[in-house]
Amino acid sequence: MAEGNNGFEPKIIGFLCNWCTASAADLAGTTRAQYPPNLHPVRVMCSGTVDPVYLIKSLLSGADAVMVGGCHPGDCHYVSGNYKARRRMAMLQNIFESLGLDANRIWTRWISASEGPEFAAAVREITEETRKQGPNPLSTDWAL
Amino acid sequence: MAKSATLAVKDGKIRSSINALLADLLSKQVVEAVLVPLAHPAGNNVVQSLVTNPDYLEQADVFAPVMPVNAGRIIQAMTRLTPANKKTAVVMRPCELRALVELVKLRQAQLDNLYLIGIDCPGAYSVSDYPKYAAEKTSDDFVKAAWNGKDDPMLRAGCQVCEYPVPLMTDLTIGSVGQDLKKQLLLLASTEKGEELLEGLGLTAEEDSQAAAQRHTAVDQLLNKIKETREKFFEQTREEIGGADKLATVFGPCIKCQNCRVACPVCYCRECFFVSPTFELEAEKYLGAAEKRGAMRMPTDTLLFHLTRMTHMAASCIGCGACEEACPNAIPLLKIFQLTGTNVQKLFDYIPGRSLEDELPPTAFKEDELEWIGEK
Ligand code: SF4
Ligand code: SF4
Ligand code: FES
Repeated sequence: MAEGNNGFEPKIIGFLCNWCTASAADLAGTTRAQYPPNLHPVRVMCSGTVDPVYLIKSLLSGADAVMVGGCHPGDCHYVSGNYKARRRMAMLQNIFESLGLDANRIWTRWISASEGPEFAAAVREITEETRKQGPNPLSTDWAL
Repeated sequence: MAKSATLAVKDGKIRSSINALLADLLSKQVVEAVLVPLAHPAGNNVVQSLVTNPDYLEQADVFAPVMPVNAGRIIQAMTRLTPANKKTAVVMRPCELRALVELVKLRQAQLDNLYLIGIDCPGAYSVSDYPKYAAEKTSDDFVKAAWNGKDDPMLRAGCQVCEYPVPLMTDLTIGSVGQDLKKQLLLLASTEKGEELLEGLGLTAEEDSQAAAQRHTAVDQLLNKIKETREKFFEQTREEIGGADKLATVFGPCIKCQNCRVACPVCYCRECFFVSPTFELEAEKYLGAAEKRGAMRMPTDTLLFHLTRMTHMAASCIGCGACEEACPNAIPLLKIFQLTGTNVQKLFDYIPGRSLEDELPPTAFKEDELEWIGEK
């Protein structure tokens, strides 16, 4: 893997919907799409099941960025889970912005099961952006 | 639209005039109970009390500058299981009413049979500061001084920057803003229940009275002045707490006692995640987590607790400041929650406690909104 930023390799936790983005990740794998190994996937049944606490806990315990991957708006397997997820993501980012924390370490991507290349591109983008930002100050402070 | 009547201030005494009105509610059997702050016999506190015998209402003191417990919480305790079975008037401050509205939407309280009486609120002191004030002055002195524009640095943090010191949703408002308090208070009915109270008291209500118009103008001025104060406050707060380093400093003294959560009137979970078994871990988990970093603050997860609570509360934070009052280590929680809360509320165009119809933002969604989320 290309190294920049003094060899800093970002650690990214991705919460991926079983019905879409997680399948897109499998597809990216089986079609041998190239993308960096920095994303650690966690399969969830719907983006709507991702409680903000998962994302905050990740950012406070070693993650440099977090991602939620869900079905495109309108396509949620459970009808409206991703609309609710969208509100939560907007709210969490808004809270981080208010507090002067790095809201841009919190990512959302809507990627359907057939979009393997889009998944690979998203992982590349998030990895590169996070590499530029450098290590997450929240994840290394022992006293928080 | 709203009907109003005036309440004469007899002999220039505000407190006893209001108390006589409340006693009338009981003796004329307009209601069967009143929830209202009564002066504690010790003189060092004024506490919400449920009164059925009008004699006790001599002790009522609705403007006494102290709010030991947000009354939204008290009504939650009373009505969560079953609604009130008797007509009950509840006299509350604007932030208490707003908390109650949020709790009703969260299905933690029920309004049936309650008659909401709101006051224009001149603010309150901390419970520990109140006895000093009470030793020298009365609530009449307090309310008279409050509306002539003096800032009072002794007020609780929440009251200093209170966004709505006038009720947003009530049946009847006891209006003091823009009134000549030597002579009268305004009784403003905003619902049928409010009109029912006025009728039961034998007061003639008129549409669009001059006193109501005066209050309206004065309230507008007051809210505009507050807007300016709050803008400065937010600017200062961002300076003071913005960024990981400053936030770490602010929460340095936190002992994770969770008093802030317990005192919050709209923190609604019956079983808090942070006291759930999720946080009961085996020793090896602690030791393992410590090993990853080399050192780990104990008790763990202080900032996780606060940030997560914010995601639960921000949309409904009414800014009453109960959290900061409850903190043993003077952490500026009101500032932090008002900064994050107000911005989240703006995002969803939501004013907590304004109406029962506005949907709680985390429980609702629109198909066409927040399009920037998920975009490249
Ligand atoms: S926060 Fe506002 S409504 Fe609540 S007691 Fe203070 S001034 Fe009154
Ligand atoms: S009340 Fe104060 S010390 Fe206790 S958990 Fe809340 S912020 Fe920390
Ligand atoms: S099922 Fe994929 S986001 Fe709901």
